[in-house]
Amino acid sequence: MTEAIYHALKFDTAHCSGCMSCARICPTQAVRVRRGHAVMLADRCIDCGECFKVCLKGAVLSLTDSIADLSKFAYKVAVPSPALYTEFDLDVTPGTILEALKLCGFDDAVSMSASCGSTTVATELFFSEFRGQYPLISSFCPSVVRLIQVKYPDLVDQLMPILPPREVAAKEIKAQKVVETGLPPESIAVVYITPCPAKMVAIASHPGIEASYFDSAVSIRDLFQLLAAAVAKVRETGRPPAESESSKGLTWAYLGGVPRMVPAENSLCVAGLPNVIRILDDIEKGRLRGYAFVECHGCPEGCVSGALTVENPYVARARAIRLTQSFGEGPPTERSKVEALYRQKFYHVKAHPGARPLKPLDSDISRAIAKMKERDRIVALLPGIDCGACGAPSCEAFAEDVVLGQAEESSCVFVRQRQVADLVDKLSDLIGARPQDELAKGARK
Amino acid sequence: MSQDEFERVYEITGRDFTNAGRVSTGIKDILKGMGIRPEIVRRVAIASYEAEMNMVMYSHGGTLTLRVSPSDVTMQVVDKGPGIQDVALAMQEGYSTATQEMREMGFGAGMGLPNIKKNADVFEIVSAVGTGTSLMIQVHIG
Repeated sequence: MTEAIYHALKFDTAHCSGCMSCARICPTQAVRVRRGHAVMLADRCIDCGECFKVCLKGAVLSLTDSIADLSKFAYKVAVPSPALYTEFDLDVTPGTILEALKLCGFDDAVSMSASCGSTTVATELFFSEFRGQYPLISSFCPSVVRLIQVKYPDLVDQLMPILPPREVAAKEIKAQKVVETGLPPESIAVVYITPCPAKMVAIASHPGIEASYFDSAVSIRDLFQLLAAAVAKVRETGRPPAESESSKGLTWAYLGGVPRMVPAENSLCVAGLPNVIRILDDIEKGRLRGYAFVECHGCPEGCVSGALTVENPYVARARAIRLTQSFGEGPPTERSKVEALYRQKFYHVKAHPGARPLKPLDSDISRAIAKMKERDRIVALLPGIDCGACGAPSCEAFAEDVVLGQAEESSCVFVRQRQVADLVDKLSDLIGARPQDELAKGARK
Repeated sequence: MSQDEFERVYEITGRDFTNAGRVSTGIKDILKGMGIRPEIVRRVAIASYEAEMNMVMYSHGGTLTLRVSPSDVTMQVVDKGPGIQDVALAMQEGYSTATQEMREMGFGAGMGLPNIKKNADVFEIVSAVGTGTSLMIQVHIG
């Protein structure tokens, strides 16, 4: 009963040279090079986009929507990730960018800052009433959620069950637009302007993944050229647009910026998947019980360094901090209203993300033990230098592939070399003389 | 090692804080690869981490032998000394002989051995001053 797992990334064989860059960088070892081309192991992929970032050949495709894909909707509203504002110089204000989006084929463009405020309050409420196992782990980065489902299944119960601000925004904006336009909900597209492919997966909703309240996602990278031209047009008018952004919304997009719902000394923030993996390892060992909250971003600087952004991530982060400082808190969040909605579970995820552990070596424990022993035997034969010539990212991953019947031991060049040498020895024995003996004789002459 | 048992021996060096924690990470990966239930993996992870850290902090080093059979995960932890003076006292929650330096690194809450016992189905400890300490930690898989 294997359900096909949808991913927002795809390899384009025509452009792939089989260079192994993506296989080496993949944090979950979800890529193999087979017959000269990268192949994805769908059950391992967490859609982080590291392969997309590293590929210089353009052989990794991100399956986000294009504006043309949205033509089936009567009304389209863009909701940008705050990361979009950091893609332009600081004199291009968020208000200008929202106006420019309306020149790119959207009927409206709305900031998610109001929803960030209500999400913060909802999260505070959740913390004040939570009595389970600490630390709680942030769930706003879909790649981190998937990493936990796949590799740390025992930690799924520690994922924050409150929706991230973007989902709250989608839910609120959809309801608002239904009232405003009088159109049925299915005719209205709430479109996320996304910095990464991971957010597309939830939108293409399928089993095992929390369905998104967005109807579509368009990547910042795909939109950038069109948007930059539109920004120039808005600025030509000379009329400064209204600014609806607030510091509350902007802080969610970068490392360490997530509003402090718990005292800072009681929380950790970590970014970049290798670092997230180290922290999750420590949580699993029971090391970090003294912390209440761990903020985890899959990308090194948070969403501002997502795979589908354009700007240098450090420039983007610096801009995000400056923008946060230059905007006020915005209109205060109506706590009583949020609390009433919170009691109705408006801010809760529909279903808690369940564990989706990687397939073990075997479903039968005795056979799994035997296969683990076999894996160790093969590892001992391998050089341990992780050269990648076999198409696997490490000798250990290769040994596992062999045990699972997905690779041949002789695909390792070192094993093959030894097999050939052994064969030469055997043949020489058959003929009755070893080549080295002949050589030695020659030398003596 | 019996036919259907997996075994791996890890060497642990005393005072080697830079590598501390790697053994328990390796054990977790093996158990996950065998498809052992997440809650069992977690108990073994916590017990093995505490045992590993105890050996790094307080001993002259030793070995941790992991054995996995279809019914149990067993860890035999044997160090080369100096041994524990009063085992009953060391088993009490909150009792610790950690130095200031260890406490600065976030250890020494006196929860190590009690935590191992709490997460194990079978736990044995034998210690002799001058010789060393050995632990047997077993978690049932079933």
